[in-house]
Amino acid sequence: MDSSRRTFLKIAGVAAVTGWGARPVLDSFASSGGHGEAVEPEAKKTGEALIGKHWGMVVDTTQIESIDDLEPIFEACHKLHNVPVLKNKRHRIMWIWEDEYEHVFPGQESPYMVERLHKTPLPVLCNHCENPPCVRACPTKATFKRESDGIVMMDFHRCIGCRFCMAACPFGARSFNFRDPRPFIEEINREFPTRMKGVVEKCNFCAERLAVGKMPACVEASNGILTFGDLGDPESEVRELLREHFTIRRKQELGTEPSVYYIV
Amino acid sequence: MLELALKGSKKYWGLVGFLAAIVGVAALTWLYQLQFGLGITGMSRDVSWGFYIAQFTFLVGVAAGGVMVVLPYYLHDYKAFGRVTILGEFLAVAALVMCLLFIFVDLGQPMRMLNVLFYPTPNSVLFWDMIVLNGYLFLNIVVGWNVLEAERSGAHYPKWLKPFIYISIPWAVSIHTVTAFLYAGLPGRHFWLTAILAPRFLASAFASGPALLILLCLIIRKFTKFDPGREQIQSLAKIVTYAIILNVFFFLCEVFTSFYSNIPGHMHPITYLFAGLHGHGAYVPWMWTSISLMIAGIVLLIIPACRRNESVLAVACAAVFFGAWIDKGMGMISGGFVPNPLEHVNEYIPTPPELMISLGVWAAGFLVLTVLYKIATSVKEEAEGYVSTP
Repeated sequence: MDSSRRTFLKIAGVAAVTGWGARPVLDSFASSGGHGEAVEPEAKKTGEALIGKHWGMVVDTTQIESIDDLEPIFEACHKLHNVPVLKNKRHRIMWIWEDEYEHVFPGQESPYMVERLHKTPLPVLCNHCENPPCVRACPTKATFKRESDGIVMMDFHRCIGCRFCMAACPFGARSFNFRDPRPFIEEINREFPTRMKGVVEKCNFCAERLAVGKMPACVEASNGILTFGDLGDPESEVRELLREHFTIRRKQELGTEPSVYYIV
Repeated sequence: MLELALKGSKKYWGLVGFLAAIVGVAALTWLYQLQFGLGITGMSRDVSWGFYIAQFTFLVGVAAGGVMVVLPYYLHDYKAFGRVTILGEFLAVAALVMCLLFIFVDLGQPMRMLNVLFYPTPNSVLFWDMIVLNGYLFLNIVVGWNVLEAERSGAHYPKWLKPFIYISIPWAVSIHTVTAFLYAGLPGRHFWLTAILAPRFLASAFASGPALLILLCLIIRKFTKFDPGREQIQSLAKIVTYAIILNVFFFLCEVFTSFYSNIPGHMHPITYLFAGLHGHGAYVPWMWTSISLMIAGIVLLIIPACRRNESVLAVACAAVFFGAWIDKGMGMISGGFVPNPLEHVNEYIPTPPELMISLGVWAAGFLVLTVLYKIATSVKEEAEGYVSTP
């Protein structure tokens, strides 16, 4: 880093601490009272990024009619994140996909369930657990929980491909690049890195979009099925939903504390 | 001492050449894997560890099993085992070389392997496994080599070696305990999530390691002038007997807890392995073969007349070794991953290139073992007054 840039950053840091940089925060406070804000009324905005203490998601399964409601969600995510389309089932990469109730919540199904749940495909993705077993297992810290907002992330460049995290994840949320994925990406998005063979990947709660003030791609494409927000903020929309509806989480008994809730 | 490995009979060089050839073919196959990715194996999104990690797990047991000759000799002053401690230590070295190679060929990005050292992560069991495995390799090389060198010059081994010898005994237990902890601490993998996994691993280790050692002793007696000794082989046989009974007992404890409690998640993997689940049952014949071999081994080992007959003993040891190998080198890993966390049954079948690479790692281990045993037996032959074989 050249010295002038370093100096600039120092000054900017001091400015932020002493309050010169506080204006955007005040602005967002000012606007949080009004409705109809284009993006994200609940999360406080500093500069461009959406900031939360503990990001979470609520899936409203009552709004899902059929798989047609979910396909745009999967497509939005997988296109944006350069997820390859592999024909061989063994090599498949999935960040968000669908399964039936009995597979999403094994042990919680019963023979005489409400009919709707038998037929409804449910979206599944990384739960961004508060106590992530994958992070515990990783021998290189290539997968880690971001302390500032609880997102469980991957460093594709540090991962050695030992796949301990895949054995550790009780939700099958992780995929491994069994071969070079690049030839199988239909249209490469230059805004997001592609991966190489031999590394693990998974949903990142669109950390790259949050950083520029955008909601996760799946949420935008979900037509209200998915709601994303700050679980650490009692006034947030997700907390509001959780107060009003009965929700369940996947394999809650394992103590991983998933951050994805399902209204059933 | 190393020069002893360079003077050998035609048979010795034939074996070395044969093993090296297998290693060569496997190395080329590995280059293909390196170029394509781990997609050449049968592993999948659902069964993300396969034959490589299973072999690794089994061989950690073989390495730990070596301590069964070291412990009685150094802690209980059981003099008879003094003749064979070196064989146990060198077997551990060869087994550990295979363990590390199996981890290496299993990595998706092997050239990043040193990240484990650059970013040490004590909350990962794999970090500790790396430490205990490399530590045990180091201990066995240092102890084995120095004791053998002292024996060659007709002296007592140096005093500074004693602490290393004593440390190596609990260290042997640690390598298989930590390896079991790789599995036993993972939430949501019912087959592995059991406190008895580490004891079960140790029991199978103390059966399969000494069983292999007995077979190796019999081979050494046949092909060299060094006789490891009848009493030594018989004592090892008793160790194998106790350990394999414990291994089967621990397994039956698992079966009881899973099926009497009637908890589906606990029953599924065992049902899958031994009876098949949702129409998938590739491992069923293997698992029953494993159980049959272990029980046959127990019967032969328990009957004193059979155990004392070395030909029958060899059959019993082979049965125990292969029974334990199927149990751990095939069933243990598949059972953990099937059914998957969403309770779908997606089976894992290893592919030919995967098996070729595995065979190559075994060959590399036996190449190391051949060379080390050649050195050890030559020293023993010299010590007993034979001129070393030309």
